[in-house]
Amino acid sequence: MAVTAPGTKLDARALRSDFPIFEQEMHGKPLAYLDSANSSQKPRQVLEAVDRFYETSYANVHRAVHLLGERATAGLEHARERVRALLNAPDVREIIFVRNATEALNLVAYSWGLNNLGPGDAVVVTELEHHSNFVPWQYIAGRQGAEFLMVAIDENGDPDLSQLDAIARDHNVKVVATNLVSNSLGTIHDLAPLVSWAHGQGAIFVCDAAQAAPHMRVDVQAIGADFVAISGHKMCAPSGIGALWGRGELLQSMEPFLLGGHMINAVRVDKTTWGELPHKFEAGTSPIAEAVGLGAAVDYLEAIGLEAIEAHEHELAAYALGRLAEVPGITLYGPPADRRAGVVSFNMEGIHPHDVAQILDLQGVAIRAGHHCCQPLMHKLGVAATNRASFYLYTIPDEIDQLVDGLHAVRKVFA
Amino acid sequence: MSDPGLENLYREVILDHYKNPRGHGVIENADAEAEGQNPLCGDEVSVYVAFDEDGETIDDVKFSGRGCAISQAATSMLMEMTKGRTAHEVATLDKDELLAEIGVPLTPVRLKCAMLGLTTLKVALHKAKGTPLPDGLAGFDDLELT
Ligand SMILES: Cc1ncc(COP(=O)(O)O)c(C=O)c1O
Repeated sequence: MAVTAPGTKLDARALRSDFPIFEQEMHGKPLAYLDSANSSQKPRQVLEAVDRFYETSYANVHRAVHLLGERATAGLEHARERVRALLNAPDVREIIFVRNATEALNLVAYSWGLNNLGPGDAVVVTELEHHSNFVPWQYIAGRQGAEFLMVAIDENGDPDLSQLDAIARDHNVKVVATNLVSNSLGTIHDLAPLVSWAHGQGAIFVCDAAQAAPHMRVDVQAIGADFVAISGHKMCAPSGIGALWGRGELLQSMEPFLLGGHMINAVRVDKTTWGELPHKFEAGTSPIAEAVGLGAAVDYLEAIGLEAIEAHEHELAAYALGRLAEVPGITLYGPPADRRAGVVSFNMEGIHPHDVAQILDLQGVAIRAGHHCCQPLMHKLGVAATNRASFYLYTIPDEIDQLVDGLHAVRKVFA
Repeated sequence: MSDPGLENLYREVILDHYKNPRGHGVIENADAEAEGQNPLCGDEVSVYVAFDEDGETIDDVKFSGRGCAISQAATSMLMEMTKGRTAHEVATLDKDELLAEIGVPLTPVRLKCAMLGLTTLKVALHKAKGTPLPDGLAGFDDLELT
């Protein structure tokens, strides 16, 4: 693997050879995989770590006396420590393994929300949320008789913070939930004003970092959040594993989310007591090998350097914005390149994103077409859907060229 | 399934129906109508049906909506295919008849686009006739009944 020295640029062409998926063609064309914000591809290092774990160390965790059980437990707990280090969390017991960011956010909404929200309280999200940081809050707020409020975005696509004063005046804000990087526009948000506003209201701040953690350094202490959710599959790890970080004292005070095996202390017919952190929130058998894969993915990303990955994506975003602007009839959405992760959303005049994506696919170019689980935002933009090209550490400018060539072909079909 | 191929999937007849949709519009006071959505891509189709005096023959059928070329072209083709036929016939129309008209192999995702108009039309007819929705329709993702 091409290890990057700190402060140096990454070599995407070299890194690409770590990803077996690129060894095949799609429809007879080289694969231009521009859908990494949806899910990332997996490097050999991660695939091999998972294989090795299954071949040498697999058993159930935390309950076996045998050597394999010990090895498996050590593998899982090592992965937890790697995630703690990645996020600069104070304590490894604050890292809860879940299936994905959606589950992490549901965990907080249910476990914290059901015991802390009531009539007169409000949950505040933004118009840029992924449905997974929108729908659970809307639902739990509704169930608890609390209000669910959405901060609209301004013409730059940023949450319009001028609405906050009015919200604070009229509501007892208990939760502020927002993403760090928007999956549909790619905007990297400056969360500081929202975090301090939330804490000023006595609210918790919940950060959806699903789209941030793969692409930049996410430091839970620097953000000042109370909960942070990530998904492994977007950051080179297998699908089926994600993590929630929460402040220890909050996690301690919360009721469990899922109940059953492993999360208990003592079970009697009249009363069951909960296990210690993180086990209280990890009912049932964990996605063990997937967690090991996440640990290996963290190793992989750290060896390259998250700073180098972020810089690479800014560069690609700038290149893509420039090249895409050459295509007649294109509308680009979102902020300038220096404020966005490797995500470019666009529409082609008179051509539905599904048709764009389909024609691109036939040329080996994989993009996402749809509402990106952001229907409120699509509504605001006045479109049913957009096309989205997204980049990662293995993305090379040639793929963006292939996209642009493909878009010219799309225009020809619909001319 | 073989590769649909660019020339194939977006062949002339599909693009023609997309650019010049047949039966595009609204029938005021329609005898049957329904609205369908494909939540995956935001395609929307509304269909309107006016019956003949016999209350059974489709005298006129129109659609409005927005969406991808496949969903809009397939619905346009459907308008031509169903005008003059009976409600019962269309409500039980074999989807292969429409697929044959479309004439290109579709991936599962695009199949949903192609079926949006037909499914919506069937819902409209079943609603108007008070007949229960067949199983296949009940399973359709997110068809919003109006
Ligand atoms: C910003 C954001 N939040 C949350 C999610 C949900 O992630 P998952 O589907 O892995 O739970 C996504 C995935 O697209 C996302 O982009």
